[in-house]
Amino acid sequence: MIKLTVNGKKISFKGAPFKRLIDALREDLALTGTKEGCGEGECGACTVLLDGEPVNSCLIPVCQADGRKIETVESLGVPEKLSKLQAGFLACGGAQCGICTPGMLMTAHAHVRSKGKCDDKSIRTALSGNLCRCTGYQDIVKSVLKAAKGGKK
Amino acid sequence: MSVGKNEPRRDGPAKLTGRALYLDDINIPGCWHGVTVRSTVPHGKIKSIAYDPSFPWDECVVVTAKDIPGKNLVTLIEADQPLLADGIVRHREEAIVLIAHPDRATAYEAAKRVKIEYEALPPVFDMEKSDKVFKSYLIERGDLDAGFAAADVVVEGEYRTPSQEQAYIENNAIAAYEEDGVLIVTGSLQCPYYVLKAMKAIFNRGEDKIRVIQTVTGGGFGGKEEYPSMLAGHAALLALKAGRPVKIAYDRHEDMAATTKRHPALVRHRTGLAKDGRLLAQDIEVVMDGGAYATLSGVVLSRGTLHAAGAYECPNVRVRSKVVMTHTPPNGAFRGFGAPQTLFAVELHWERIADALKIDSLTLRQRNIFKLGSTTATGQILVESVGAEECLQKTVKHSKYVSKRKEYDRWNKNKRNKTWKGIGLAVCHHGAGFTGSGEVYLASRAGVALTKDGELIVLAASTEIGQGTNTMFAQVAADALGVPASWFTVETPDTHKVPDSGPTVASRTCMVVGGLVSRATHDLRRAFEAEFGRVPKTAADLKKAAAALCKGAPARRFEVQYEKPPEVTWDDATYRGDAYGVYSYAAIAVDLEIDKLTCEVRLVKVTTAQDIGKAINPLLAEGQIIGGSTQGLGWALLEEPLFKDGVMINNQLTNYVIPTSLDTPSFQVLLVEKPYTRGPFGAKGVGELPMDIPGPAVAAAVKHATGRMIPTLPQTPERISQALK
Ligand code: FES
Ligand code: FES
Repeated sequence: MIKLTVNGKKISFKGAPFKRLIDALREDLALTGTKEGCGEGECGACTVLLDGEPVNSCLIPVCQADGRKIETVESLGVPEKLSKLQAGFLACGGAQCGICTPGMLMTAHAHVRSKGKCDDKSIRTALSGNLCRCTGYQDIVKSVLKAAKGGKK
Repeated sequence: MSVGKNEPRRDGPAKLTGRALYLDDINIPGCWHGVTVRSTVPHGKIKSIAYDPSFPWDECVVVTAKDIPGKNLVTLIEADQPLLADGIVRHREEAIVLIAHPDRATAYEAAKRVKIEYEALPPVFDMEKSDKVFKSYLIERGDLDAGFAAADVVVEGEYRTPSQEQAYIENNAIAAYEEDGVLIVTGSLQCPYYVLKAMKAIFNRGEDKIRVIQTVTGGGFGGKEEYPSMLAGHAALLALKAGRPVKIAYDRHEDMAATTKRHPALVRHRTGLAKDGRLLAQDIEVVMDGGAYATLSGVVLSRGTLHAAGAYECPNVRVRSKVVMTHTPPNGAFRGFGAPQTLFAVELHWERIADALKIDSLTLRQRNIFKLGSTTATGQILVESVGAEECLQKTVKHSKYVSKRKEYDRWNKNKRNKTWKGIGLAVCHHGAGFTGSGEVYLASRAGVALTKDGELIVLAASTEIGQGTNTMFAQVAADALGVPASWFTVETPDTHKVPDSGPTVASRTCMVVGGLVSRATHDLRRAFEAEFGRVPKTAADLKKAAAALCKGAPARRFEVQYEKPPEVTWDDATYRGDAYGVYSYAAIAVDLEIDKLTCEVRLVKVTTAQDIGKAINPLLAEGQIIGGSTQGLGWALLEEPLFKDGVMINNQLTNYVIPTSLDTPSFQVLLVEKPYTRGPFGAKGVGELPMDIPGPAVAAAVKHATGRMIPTLPQTPERISQALK
């Protein structure tokens, strides 16, 4: 049996060990915040954090996450109380159609949390594996900057 | 006042927390998975369809054209596209057989066990060799021969633009099921009433027996304008035969290979000018590739044709255009809708003219650009809201265009520098709403409802696909009534709940449908004043007023219908008159640098000024402008669907490359607000305008940098190095 910690909760996964992590999350755990845009590691819509690092959950078999920590968009805020990062996206226009947003948020979350440099260039580099067809990225970068700045106070 | 403020988007919190439910996120109990068996030849007769006897077919439901109860047709404009190929296929990836199975992987396996044999027929792939014309137009103004006779110079040029994939990140997905005798179709789509119309003909049902509901939609850009009508038909055929819900969710490969894209185009210009740069004659020829069925091609061509002469006054003009059939999947709607293709040509052509006349293209543009009172190629006099000059002037100023031209000339002369630098300019107009008499035919309706409990609800079929429709509608309605925007909610586009507001296309949602919402809200306001004495001021007040107005009924609806402004006249037969009620305008400057060794282009900065009448929500409007411009930059530098034997071969995000955060420059957006008296609070269209001209501005900048004009897109390192040879 595969043991996972998903958004802080311990879970025993009884399905097929080579099921894609994205399918295990969406189908078995009903965590549909994680999206599929391509299924082949190109778009980043399926990004979740595995032991704190962004990964494409469409490329990872669930057995590879055995004994490890997974964070999905559902671990951030709730509509009534958005996280700082989510609030930044709302204020700066970081989400339009929203389909890239969960993946974008998870990558950005890891980047802001890493406490490394957080400027236009480093954010763009960090987010370069997450495609967005709506925003042209500028407002996403602004959103992350706003959240990062707010965080230091 | 809410209009003009950056109200946070309505759908934001749900989307930001993963709670927004896109079709594939919805748990539909008992739902089967549908898959499609598609043609493997571009043109041929279907000789036989065989089902592998070793496969357990009794677990599946299988549908072919024979199962269609009504017309085998995707109703749109021309009655030419079958829902499922019957006897003959006219393009690769045409749907022939549909299969549903409880398990998705098994459904795909079943599709592989269907063998279709064909008798091949000769395909046509080259649009210049096609003799089947779907639609053609002719626009004439003045006396072309006299114009050329008076000209000091005549400049000719030929320009080509490729196809483009919308590449919304959510693939097409629709589910269908029957509930109490009503066929319910729900999913990712832009135009619920288009789907409804198609379903009526396919299933011989009335509107009361079909219900189309939009789910949260992960991008459209035109790509979910007409295709969902086909997909809905497929899902519904399977669902009705299976007697249970069926969902079809394409994967990326299928979505890219099978669904609509931008029309490839060829545009030829012959232009006569006086020595001082005044336009005297424009002779323009446009050919577009429609693909195998007419679908929206006629209207795409119409918009392309009406924008072909650019945002400039010329006394003698002829535009001849046609869209032809080829044996490729039908091309369709994509942001800009034919205009980016023809605007690429007319804008880049200025660089050729500049070389011929030795006058820079900025001066040439300034000399000819539309002003208040200018007359267009169709004879339309621009009587108000003409921001073209101001857009140009602001863009030039903020991009430091003039000084950068000189600075980069010096830089490029220095052989020791490892890069070339260039800055390029483009200007355009974009007609808002449907072309010509289109809005009259649509006769759109929208409204507001007041429930007895005091809820205020905007009723419109316009879909939120990321542009901010719902937020914008609430702001418009709130200000029309004089209450806070938070008092209004916006109804989900559901054909059993909202009136037909026409499609969510053509930059018409804010200007046309927003205008209807505003009018309907004024009716509500008058009702409040007449029956309650005033517009309610507090929540408690609203409850009382609602009871007074509803008089025991659950709700009161205030609906209005589009009325043609009396001053707008248009003749479809001659293509003369007011092609659009009003135009939006834009100018853009693209500043870039090219590596001399690799020919890679790095975008340094993009400056753009856009006249959209009034920004109802500036943050959302800027989001449209930056996002739309980025799609234009993708088309200009990276994106090119490659076709072999009539099918897209780079149908993956791996090899069909769209801009990433690292490919995208910093944008400076300048809003110009020349109000339009008939738009809500002065607003015009914004959705498509930003897509129109990044292409020619990039090409002009590449020419400035390298000295070479590349009259096509995308301007890849390969093309640039080829041009330098
Ligand atoms: S769905 Fe995983 S990268 Fe696109
Ligand atoms: S917001 Fe639509 S893809 Fe990013």
